[in-house]
Amino acid sequence: MNALLATVRRDLLLALRRKSEVLTAVFFFVIVTSLFPLGIGPEPVLLKKIAPGILWVAALLATLLGLPRLFAADHVDGTLEQMALSPSSLGLLVAGKILAHWLLCGLPLVLLAPVLGLQFDLDASALVILTLALLLGTPLLSLIGAIGAALTLGVRGGGVLLALLVLPLYIPALIFGAGAVEAHIAGLGAGGHLSLLAAMLALAVFFAPWATTAALRIALE
Amino acid sequence: MLNVSGLACSRGERRLFSDVSFSLAAGEWLHVQGENGSGKTSLMRLLVGLSPADAGLIRWRDEPTPSAEFRRDLIYLGHHAAVKEDLTPLENLRLASALDGIALDERASMAALIRLGLRGREELPVRVLSAGQKRRVLLARLLTRPAVLWVLDEAFNALDVAAVKLLGELIAEHLSAGGMAVLTSHQPLPVPGGKALVL
Repeated sequence: MNALLATVRRDLLLALRRKSEVLTAVFFFVIVTSLFPLGIGPEPVLLKKIAPGILWVAALLATLLGLPRLFAADHVDGTLEQMALSPSSLGLLVAGKILAHWLLCGLPLVLLAPVLGLQFDLDASALVILTLALLLGTPLLSLIGAIGAALTLGVRGGGVLLALLVLPLYIPALIFGAGAVEAHIAGLGAGGHLSLLAAMLALAVFFAPWATTAALRIALE
Repeated sequence: MLNVSGLACSRGERRLFSDVSFSLAAGEWLHVQGENGSGKTSLMRLLVGLSPADAGLIRWRDEPTPSAEFRRDLIYLGHHAAVKEDLTPLENLRLASALDGIALDERASMAALIRLGLRGREELPVRVLSAGQKRRVLLARLLTRPAVLWVLDEAFNALDVAAVKLLGELIAEHLSAGGMAVLTSHQPLPVPGGKALVL
């Protein structure tokens, strides 16, 4: 467990020394979600209808933006090799790296979403549901993305391949995440959608670090 | 303690080496020699368990590797710098230890860095250090990580005369304390004794 926390601390410290990489994803999210209301114009009904979808697609793409760097730097400079040979289990270290990725690329999106949701004329209760859905959904995106990042590690043109590999796997998260807000606005209650998101997250927390570790071991051979 | 028998490795169609066997007891070291491309690094990676062997068996304390005990007893330093350019030598050393599950206090890490001649450089980002100094930061891990088996791949590269002598001393100390080492190098090594393995 200490090794996991050490990995998180290390990755956060590294991100602090290289802020631009983290800020890129966050700015991407802010700008993309702000462009839609500007492009569509003052039509509250339409904006309210498309808001969940747009915020979720933007969150998905912003997460994807940070994924290629998840393991690439450690792979190039040989730190990943050292992690694989470390007395600590590689699975724990990988879980730490995924957690750090979520803290850097996922959590800021969750915190910004209520502010950005205001542009789409979402009311307070819809904003709460949106934030909750993202809080459950963004770790899921990081976990699934980590498998893709590990599988495409060291592959030329890996970034494009990563998007092709990971985006289809993001579809369930997108459907239930955006669906939660839509259902709430329609008055149907978001409980079912959120429960399904939470179930998917629980499953991913269990399996994704393990799958990522297996993929990393293959990449290191 | 370390027993290797019938190890074979091929890259694609090409057989790099086959039937490599050796054993090391406490206090012994092995010098792996061979031309460029003869498979020295591949042998090291097989040995530490980063890649699987085509054939053969590696046993550590009579257990097949990779075992948890083997990973605890092993330190492998390869061609890669394996240090973070944005962090300082001190941070690099302490974080690498933390990842290995070993709490390292600042005094011990400073002592290791001073021994490797990095006094006054410990708060600079590694990015601004020279290639040889980066190598020294990595080598400081030999002092902070209690390992029995040192597997060092071309560890003498990029080091100046003083550092080569120092690394030789570190290895000799390690051996006399009952450690083991497997080294590759093209130069004759400043460590007495040792078995030789030519690929």
